[in-house]
Amino acid sequence: MCLAVPGKVVSIDHSADPLTGLIDFGGVSKQACLEYLPDVKVGEYVIVHVGFALQRLDEESARASLELFEQLGLLEEEFGDAWQQAARQESGSEAP
Amino acid sequence: MADLATDVRETAVDPANRTCPAPLRDQPVVVMGHGGGGALSAELIEQVFTPAYGNPTLAALADSAVLELGGARLAFSTDSYVVRPLFFPGGSLGDLAVNGTVNDLAMSGASPAYLSTAFILEEGVPLDTVERVARAVGAAAREAEVTVATGDTKVVESGHGDGVYVTTAGVGLVPEGVDIRPQRARPGDAVLVSGPIGLHGVAIMSVREGLEFGTEIASDTAPLAGLVAAMLAVTRDIHVLRDPTRGGLGASLNEIARASGTGVRLRERAIPVPEDVANACGFLGLDPLYVANEGRLVAFVPPEHAEAVLAAMRAHPQGAGAALIGECVAEHPGMVVVATGLGGSRVLDLPLGEQLPRIC
Amino acid sequence: MKYLDEFNDPALARRLLDEIRATVTRPWALMEVCGGQTHSIIRHGIDQLLPEEVELIHGPGCPVCVTPLDVIDQALEIAARPGVIFCSFGDMLRVPGTGRDLFRVKGEGGDVRVVYSPMDALDLARRHPDRQVVFFAIGFETTAPANAMAVHQARRLGLDNFSLLVSHVRVPPAVEAIMTAPECRVQGFLAAGHVCSVMGTAEYPELAERHRVPIVVTGFEPLDILEGIRRAVRQLERGEHRLENAYARAVRDEGNPAALRMIEEVFEVTDRNWRGIGPIPGSGWRLTEAYRAHDAGHRFDVTGIRTEEPAACRAGEVLQGLIKPTECEAFGTACTPRTPLGATMVSSEGACAAYYLYRRMNNPAPQGSRIPQEEMNPVG
Repeated sequence: MCLAVPGKVVSIDHSADPLTGLIDFGGVSKQACLEYLPDVKVGEYVIVHVGFALQRLDEESARASLELFEQLGLLEEEFGDAWQQAARQESGSEAP
Repeated sequence: MADLATDVRETAVDPANRTCPAPLRDQPVVVMGHGGGGALSAELIEQVFTPAYGNPTLAALADSAVLELGGARLAFSTDSYVVRPLFFPGGSLGDLAVNGTVNDLAMSGASPAYLSTAFILEEGVPLDTVERVARAVGAAAREAEVTVATGDTKVVESGHGDGVYVTTAGVGLVPEGVDIRPQRARPGDAVLVSGPIGLHGVAIMSVREGLEFGTEIASDTAPLAGLVAAMLAVTRDIHVLRDPTRGGLGASLNEIARASGTGVRLRERAIPVPEDVANACGFLGLDPLYVANEGRLVAFVPPEHAEAVLAAMRAHPQGAGAALIGECVAEHPGMVVVATGLGGSRVLDLPLGEQLPRIC
Repeated sequence: MKYLDEFNDPALARRLLDEIRATVTRPWALMEVCGGQTHSIIRHGIDQLLPEEVELIHGPGCPVCVTPLDVIDQALEIAARPGVIFCSFGDMLRVPGTGRDLFRVKGEGGDVRVVYSPMDALDLARRHPDRQVVFFAIGFETTAPANAMAVHQARRLGLDNFSLLVSHVRVPPAVEAIMTAPECRVQGFLAAGHVCSVMGTAEYPELAERHRVPIVVTGFEPLDILEGIRRAVRQLERGEHRLENAYARAVRDEGNPAALRMIEEVFEVTDRNWRGIGPIPGSGWRLTEAYRAHDAGHRFDVTGIRTEEPAACRAGEVLQGLIKPTECEAFGTACTPRTPLGATMVSSEGACAAYYLYRRMNNPAPQGSRIPQEEMNPVG
């Protein structure tokens, strides 16, 4: 369900009813209803579905996720069983 | 363009025993999808036009027909243009009407020489609009180095047309030793595309009523005969050329795979999709591989010539962004399979009709 | 684009896959509830990269596919009426009702228009006061705030010529129905990220506890999906069953309060039929009494239209992972992407359609023979 994509709030038309703003999706921009994020600010990223901004994107959470992914496996690479690790790399390199 | 292109085969379903609630494609009336360049278009040709016209020349189902006439090999093609709006970022109806037919001829390896234009005008359309379209036709013809040799005009009552429709037909000569058609794809062939894809379709959508969005993306409409000539200067042994218009790269490659009984394998990361095109497709829920192009070609070239042909394409202004995107294979005949950036694969099927913005 | 490209990184995907491979010790069946996630899984070939112990069951979360046959027939009936402008998301136009679809109605003279947003339909109502403008309000919780806003504005502005044909569905009752089905095979859920962006996560801890099943709120990019799988597998291997949020950048526990207030005002819970599955208690929304005047079903008096679904279709069992598509007698014979019997064959991401396509790839017709040409119906 629910194709929703991240975009950056470029401008907000405070006189519009319902509240509306221009969202940039990376070289492509479109008006979206901001009524559900009434205190959103220009420059913030939101997730947009059928012309409605539904939620703010939290940069801190995004960074934390990516850092976690970077860390995955590293602990074991440092301290883990060398044989197990070699076997895992082998199977990893065989993956298509 | 790719109208008479797909070899449509019978369905595996037994119609008498079908309990399906949706005989979706056995529509008794014309639906928009019949003009979408996908499976519905192909069925219309296969079920209505081929039986009515049936002859070996038509049966080749290429972008243009190649005919022997008076000792010469003549490429011949026709196409109608019904784009809305008439003027869009990067071009207009007039540009499409010339470049589309010129490109269909070029996809046989021909050098296009003469065009005809037939205008269907709706009562009440400003003369100024007609003049702008005509001027665009003239300018595009000069750029493509073709002569508009004959034409026709008809007027329909207000409400019975959509402003201006243009039909063009064209002829050109096919050089000696050139035999380019979809049936010639062979396992091992390199699959090349002449530049970034999806620009035309996204540019049109950006100005379509009800869908408007802001973007700098402009149509790629351009004549490709010069690029084809540059490729043929490297080798006459180019197997297939196709301009991926309606239905995009996905439809063209499926048509080639089916016509030749080969498979096509693409590397997703090698396909040149501009970032803004990808983002526009992202928020509309479209696949850029199915979005129309009007100034691109896809080529199947024997592997030994691939590098040289690619270099020649890149040296030509219309092929500056050319890329090797995949290969023709013996496996999965009639199917196009894409190796995804993550290392998996997916089937790129023939689209049914036109692509629509989706929510899911 | 920020927040997309970073979550598409192949090197990090490999790390996640390695980690899943290192964690898993035995077979687990996970269901991604949402059609958008299924789309992403197929689009990137993620299912082929997972260790064989991890099986993904494609869930019923495609609003287009589960919209019941009778509601589609109601839509076709309304769209064919003179004076009506019938507006819909693009995906719905090709979904078959009984004997025809919205494209066909358009071809026969109906004024059917594709809109990007329900607000575009509202705008049409404003510009065409002499016409009845009907919006086909389908969708899960994600789409509900948009559809609610459109009808709220119509009421406020007195646009009496605007109405909704509502077929809204809700995820938690579907999860409940799947878990309580006899012989349920699903051992963990990837919950739909964007549904939770709106609704929050409050409904899920109790479900996870009662059915002793891990539920991981999951996003839509490849790394998001792999992270959802990684966390679900980790819980299963540890014998845990709780709610986790693996899509924190877009999901807060409380959801979107403003959107929830609007949903509360406009919609009320109702029972709903799911195409291919059947009735699920409390699984839908309809307009509240205050908005009944804008209910197209009543306005056009089509609520009496009832359509039986084909008995041969076992989509419900497929959606619950009880059978593989190939085990259905109709698969590939009476039921193909060209002639779908059920939801799972309608959408190109549906389990049956995906099986059909891949079977064609791996068992192609012999060289030179005619290739069957059922096409996918690119909806969902």
